[in-house]
Amino acid sequence: MAAPRACLRLVAPIWNLSTSGSRCLSSGVTPEGNQRKGGMLFQLLADRFYDVEVLRDYLFQKQLSKVHKKNRSFVGIKKRYGPYIAGASFVLKQGGAVKFQGQEWIRATGHGYSRLKLLNFQAVPIEAVDASDCAINYEGLDNVLALKELQSLWLQRCPHVDDWCLSRLHQLASSLQELSLAGCPRISERGLACLHHLQNLRRLDISDLPAVSNPGLTQILVEEMLPKCEVVGAEWAQDLKSGPEEQSRDTASPLPT
Amino acid sequence: MFRGAVWLLAGRGSLGRGLSTRSGGWTPDWTEKVSEIKKKIQSALPGGAWHPLYDTSHLPPEHSDVVIVGGGVLGLSVAYWLKRLERPQGAIKVLVVDRDHTYSQASTGLSVGGIRQQFSLPENIQLSLFSVDFLRNINEYLAVVNDPPLDVQFNPSGYLFLASEKGAAIMENNVKVQRQEGAKVCLMTPEQLRNKFPWINTDGVALASYGLEGEGWFDPWCLLQGLRRKVQSFGVHFSQGEVTRFITSSSDMQTTSGKGVTMKRIHEVHVKMDHSLEYQPVECALVINAAGAWSGQVAELAGIGKGPPGTLEGTKLPVEPRKRYVYLWHCPEGPGLETPFVADTSGAYFRREGLGHNYLGGCSPTEEEEPDPGNLEVDHDFFQNKVWPPLAHRVPAFQCLKVRSAWAGYYDYNTFDQNGVVGPHPLVSNMYFATGFSGHGLQQAPAVGRAVAEMVLEGQFRTIDLSSFLFSRFYLGEKVEERNII
Repeated sequence: MAAPRACLRLVAPIWNLSTSGSRCLSSGVTPEGNQRKGGMLFQLLADRFYDVEVLRDYLFQKQLSKVHKKNRSFVGIKKRYGPYIAGASFVLKQGGAVKFQGQEWIRATGHGYSRLKLLNFQAVPIEAVDASDCAINYEGLDNVLALKELQSLWLQRCPHVDDWCLSRLHQLASSLQELSLAGCPRISERGLACLHHLQNLRRLDISDLPAVSNPGLTQILVEEMLPKCEVVGAEWAQDLKSGPEEQSRDTASPLPT
Repeated sequence: MFRGAVWLLAGRGSLGRGLSTRSGGWTPDWTEKVSEIKKKIQSALPGGAWHPLYDTSHLPPEHSDVVIVGGGVLGLSVAYWLKRLERPQGAIKVLVVDRDHTYSQASTGLSVGGIRQQFSLPENIQLSLFSVDFLRNINEYLAVVNDPPLDVQFNPSGYLFLASEKGAAIMENNVKVQRQEGAKVCLMTPEQLRNKFPWINTDGVALASYGLEGEGWFDPWCLLQGLRRKVQSFGVHFSQGEVTRFITSSSDMQTTSGKGVTMKRIHEVHVKMDHSLEYQPVECALVINAAGAWSGQVAELAGIGKGPPGTLEGTKLPVEPRKRYVYLWHCPEGPGLETPFVADTSGAYFRREGLGHNYLGGCSPTEEEEPDPGNLEVDHDFFQNKVWPPLAHRVPAFQCLKVRSAWAGYYDYNTFDQNGVVGPHPLVSNMYFATGFSGHGLQQAPAVGRAVAEMVLEGQFRTIDLSSFLFSRFYLGEKVEERNII
């Protein structure tokens, strides 16, 4: 595995209540000295007392259920107002942005947004969704996959989007033209392999995926898999080692063609 | 206080050493002596494995509520669900016995690791659907806090089954059943196949079924280790040893129609240690037979099948080991990243492995060509004669390839109908089976484990009804055949 995986840490949310639980699983950052000592003390107590062990398991389950709650399907809204409003409410609630056909981008925090205004667009299909940095996961993707005219989907830096989520994207194959997965910590080359269903894709961004073991080779294979698509991501030369005479040069620059 | 005593001994020892060096004699190795004394004292304290004459810490415990024979993925799955579904928590003491803790011949580690929902029986489809769910949420099911999360390396590339003219109608029927159960499968004509996968030669293919979601392959070793870690954190005991004997008791009873029947109960399991005649009798309430390819032998130890043929006492467990070969080859011009797990009309199959144009594949031999299951030696001629020609015909790029390596593994083959045996034996009332899955055990293990745990704890199947997989079908002659076997 390329990315260092953090342990299923429970201590961070207890000692630092502002940290969201979802970040513990995905970040590779080691906690500072104090947190480490606190973690070890808690672990020591949990090994010796059943009460502390039950408390620790309960807090861990709470962390998981927080993410689940955020990803509930808006079945009621879908039935009443249609899939577009349901999808839009879901994305906006997560903190993302939505663009209806012929309209401007709507964000939850922007001044163009109000719930009542959204109801005007009941029959207007959504053409772009920006769910970057949202806690969307496999179940939550239901709401987005119902948008059959979606042309552009941005899932940059989403901590819970993984290979399983990518395997569901085939439902948007007829309309999706642009997909961005930059910075998602859980996506690997195995998930990228099932993007071949998206034959209408014209632009794919797979840069900065820490779990992909061989970014340069993966880029070439994905380009072969999707011939009509422009794949933006790792430079194919970034995995190649520079020779002895070039070691003083900046290795980030691609080799001259 | 304890440590102080030890240091005192060591201190006196150094004085003693000084005395003996003066006389020019022998210097004892005090660190070793100290650790031996520590071990003896620790085993005498409560909770240790103490026997007045010798150290028994390598032996399994003397009593256990449930003994699971076989520590592969099915056995560990049953242990996991028993501990998860038991009420109150911590009530049942479970012991898992496996004769090889390196799993060198176990089917789990040697498996190709595929998972699919394209079966013909609704029960198999449901088992597979739950198992895929389990794999997707594996870090919620098997989470051990302060341990790294599991990555089963799932490739969601799907399965592609090809059917000739003869099998096209059956395939259509199967896909209908699969769709009804909730699997995401689509049918493809030869032309659609050529458009999607240009490297395929559709000569002889009338229809193809392609799994869109929830199918693919994963790392079985990771699942095994994850289950093992979680199950150990639940407090399940592991023991390395071979089950050599069951101590049973019989009681003669009468059925409602007046016929005499002998019911048996297992009271003790004799677990023999490796390379030794030493054995430990484990008193138990239930035995779960998850011994994979050797389940038939374990069942015989309990007296299953010892009776006049044609009766229930004389019905053996029809599970035997069958050897299957897997070959790994490299083909630089081979199919790309989108390659699914392809199962050809001839029975040969292959899938991609990694990013480097390596492929894994094999073929199930016909009944006449079955290799001798005595060892796990690989027959390379089998690849030349039976695997390569059909694959090279189906994928022309495979005409030039180079075999890198090969291995063999066992199927726990059910000679009756190639489907699993789940549930209690009608006569030996406390032996439960979880075996005989003939090549699709790994992909159904989480769901089968849950079904067996429900049967043990509640007496009936709650979530998935596997009553058609009970042992009694062997006596009644009711075959539950699965048509989509690879």
